[in-house]
Amino acid sequence: MPKSVIPIGPYHPLQEEPEFFTLTVDGETVVDIDVQVGYNHRGIEKLSERRTFDQSTFVIERICGICSTSHPFAYTRAVEDIIPVEVPERAKYIRTIIAEGERIHSHLLWLGLAGHFLGYNTLYMWVWKLREEILDVMEILSGNRNNYAMFKPGGVRRDIKSEDIPLVIKKIDSIVPTLDRLKKAILDDPVLHARLKGIGILTREDAIDYGALGPTSRASGVAKDVRKDAPYGAYDKVEWDMIVTETGDVFEKVIVRVLEVYESIKIMKTCLLNLPEGEIDLNIKDIPPGEGIGSAEAPRGETFHYVRSDGTNRPARHKVRAPTFMNLPTFKVTVIGETISDATIILAAIDPCYCCTERMAVRNTKGKKIYHGQDLIRLSQEKTEHIKRKMGIK
Amino acid sequence: MKLTLKALLKSPWVFHLSTGSCNNCDIEILDCLTPRFDIERFGMLLAPSIKHADVLLVTGSCNRKSAIRLKRLYEQAPKPCLVVAIGECSLSRGMFIHSYNCPLPLDKIIPVDAYIPGCPPKPEAILAGALKLIQKIKGNL
Ligand code: SF4
Repeated sequence: MPKSVIPIGPYHPLQEEPEFFTLTVDGETVVDIDVQVGYNHRGIEKLSERRTFDQSTFVIERICGICSTSHPFAYTRAVEDIIPVEVPERAKYIRTIIAEGERIHSHLLWLGLAGHFLGYNTLYMWVWKLREEILDVMEILSGNRNNYAMFKPGGVRRDIKSEDIPLVIKKIDSIVPTLDRLKKAILDDPVLHARLKGIGILTREDAIDYGALGPTSRASGVAKDVRKDAPYGAYDKVEWDMIVTETGDVFEKVIVRVLEVYESIKIMKTCLLNLPEGEIDLNIKDIPPGEGIGSAEAPRGETFHYVRSDGTNRPARHKVRAPTFMNLPTFKVTVIGETISDATIILAAIDPCYCCTERMAVRNTKGKKIYHGQDLIRLSQEKTEHIKRKMGIK
Repeated sequence: MKLTLKALLKSPWVFHLSTGSCNNCDIEILDCLTPRFDIERFGMLLAPSIKHADVLLVTGSCNRKSAIRLKRLYEQAPKPCLVVAIGECSLSRGMFIHSYNCPLPLDKIIPVDAYIPGCPPKPEAILAGALKLIQKIKGNL
């Protein structure tokens, strides 16, 4: 039977972000998949080099609207690694609180969208309504619903007022009963079981081979979490559990995310209640020449930043590696062999974030020479020289 | 007012296009559809295809790859089609104004009818913007 190709995207109603999938199908079964990205590339690494270390955090925040804490978290850690310094305790706690708030809202967002993909629009509406509560919390804490602008190299920009804490804790507590109901609804629903169990399986071996990160790997039984492996912020001072499940199908990925929300609530509350007194910012003035790396556990996995400083007030090089970059290739094992109708939810199951991933443009020139602006100017000048020489003009 | 435009205002269907955004604006648009803001009470619905849509919501700082597609999409849209630029990125490219990959602001590529500033604009702002656009076309503003 001849194989057919199904293009999805780049502007598809199912996706918020532009990306282009080519599914090669044989009847109902997907036999090959290809992903094309680049519709979101904005040259952030280069933009970051134009700005001072302090200003860069705002651009870094806008790499991704959902992970607008993880990226600055990793970046500021990279910058602090150059000097090196330890940020004040209070700043560490505040950073942790914001990061966990982000994880809650990101996981809920994904849960809602997953419900939408499966045709459970009620779930979508419910979860997003619940998510508003946590956005309110973030608004109280940081002044913004998203793009919190809390981070800076050496500390945080804004303190958490002690009079806000009771209200915030009340708000966080208020989402737990609804979340319990949601969890029960998901766990007890026979249709969801039938729909999600046993599809898109990422085995433990594959998860390790592909270097999958975050909930994608934890659902496959790989206990990998930067917060536990190399604790940063206040994660080593709070009690919390890493959620790891066994089989690695889509259902487990849902479970991991739902249970992680509970853990995040726990971390957030503990941090808020035990917020130490003291400074929130080191007021770093100069960054010496050197290199630094920083990582943070984003809702989707480990975010990694590399910063090189040459002693000026701007980064000389800034490299970003987002978790989706590692998780995307797992499609090659999870989607192939499944039916087209399952492909959407499997593609969504890694919680892909393309605007995080699109960091670079690799061009395969296949031996052809490509002229850049500078080359063209050089060629033009050379030609003038050539003509001058021919005419005997010095 | 042209009849086509008048008919459109009762229940404008929107198509959302991200031309290289950071996702936040897109999420805030989706947020408008969810219970707290519920933009559907003004008859607005997310359309699955531009060919069914009356309003084009554009977010993001049109990069080189998506600018071509944006133009093509706009050409495919049944006219009259209102274009709303959402977020600082699509208004002026915001932080990405110096980027090598974002050569032009949105309104130099396609005509824009309304601008909703913010990074990202709050859902309330998007609601207010949408209503203002309708009022303006009705001639009340
Ligand atoms: S305007 Fe701000 S929030 Fe919206 S896409 Fe651009 S950077 Fe993101």
